[in-house]
Amino acid sequence: MKIAVLSGKGGTGKTMVAVNLAAVAQEVVYLDCDVEEPNGRLFLEPEATEEQTVKVTIPQIKADLCIGCRKCVDFCRFNALALIEEKAVLFPDVCHPCGGCELLCPVGAVSQQEKIVGYVEKGIIANGKIYTGVLKLGEESGVPIIRELIAKSKQEEVKLTIIDCPPGSACVVMESIQDADYCLLVAEATTFGQHNLAMVYELSKLFGKPCGVVLNKCFTEENPSEEFCLEHNIPILERLTYDEEIGRINGKGGILAKEKAIYAQRFRQLLARIEKEVSCL
Amino acid sequence: MKIAIPSEDRELDSLVADTFGRADYFYVWQEETAEGSWLDNSGIAMQGGAGIKAAQLLIDAGVEVLLAPQCGENAAQVLNQAKIKLYQTQYATVEENLSAFLAGKLTMEITPHASRH
Repeated sequence: MKIAVLSGKGGTGKTMVAVNLAAVAQEVVYLDCDVEEPNGRLFLEPEATEEQTVKVTIPQIKADLCIGCRKCVDFCRFNALALIEEKAVLFPDVCHPCGGCELLCPVGAVSQQEKIVGYVEKGIIANGKIYTGVLKLGEESGVPIIRELIAKSKQEEVKLTIIDCPPGSACVVMESIQDADYCLLVAEATTFGQHNLAMVYELSKLFGKPCGVVLNKCFTEENPSEEFCLEHNIPILERLTYDEEIGRINGKGGILAKEKAIYAQRFRQLLARIEKEVSCL
Repeated sequence: MKIAIPSEDRELDSLVADTFGRADYFYVWQEETAEGSWLDNSGIAMQGGAGIKAAQLLIDAGVEVLLAPQCGENAAQVLNQAKIKLYQTQYATVEENLSAFLAGKLTMEITPHASRH
């Protein structure tokens, strides 16, 4: 079973929930797809880590060969090419290397070159493995790194995979949940939290993924995220009250389920509940 | 000389659009013939690279000067390479800025900002 943990914004407690689920599992593969800020490893403390670089190929245009026919410029849906003084000019940061320009160029002025965009770190943890995706500083898209992480997870024969997704609902999140059996949405108890929850809920629905919610940092009677769940019939699997102690334990890189028996029990129940939801499909 | 200004609407008293790449329209004034025309900015609906697309639109229209409040790095690179001059607008409407430029009063060049996404 693959559980993707996601949220519409950063700071809702996504990684906190993900590492705690991983901690109470018998055996787990943890995929940290939050490649701009992969911090699952700070909690899970992997050993014997190995790094593998992730490369993409990006086009290079030989200006002396370019005849300014404009075919590549008109084709590129990401607008990574411009025609300036009868020559095609590439903007590598905007390029989503699809190879279309090379295919279309009638004079062979486009070639491909490799570029390192980050790396995947593999490590051993007490009850399994962790794969951490790390995007190189200044790179625009984490998608190639997430693809590599997903490919790695497919080689693993393990009953449970926890996918710590990037925040938001953009391409990187879509890439991260593609292979998931279940989407666990973590939401804060505010109007802003509800707005972000609606975004990831819509995304999960679009991908036809079953989902449930963890309401985090609940602090008042009024909870717009809870109201949203009731309105849309989304199962609420856990409610965590706002608690400074959770913040303290989490802030020093501790895992609640390891430090407090009550949380070990609650996260075991949460995991069991998700297993039940998935098995009923 | 052709002068372009990003605009929120298709009227001379329209407000200058805040962003270059995602402006709805461009007003293009041809100085020699004293004729103005409007360009629809197809870049507005683009997921990314809107600035590059809008800059290409101006190149294709033969524009030589752009008056705008600001402009992104990528767009500025395209415009600079195409030798289009960038001056910062100082007034609210399209007409006010065009008149000011023609009177030689808009002289501050634009410092491009980092790309947003």
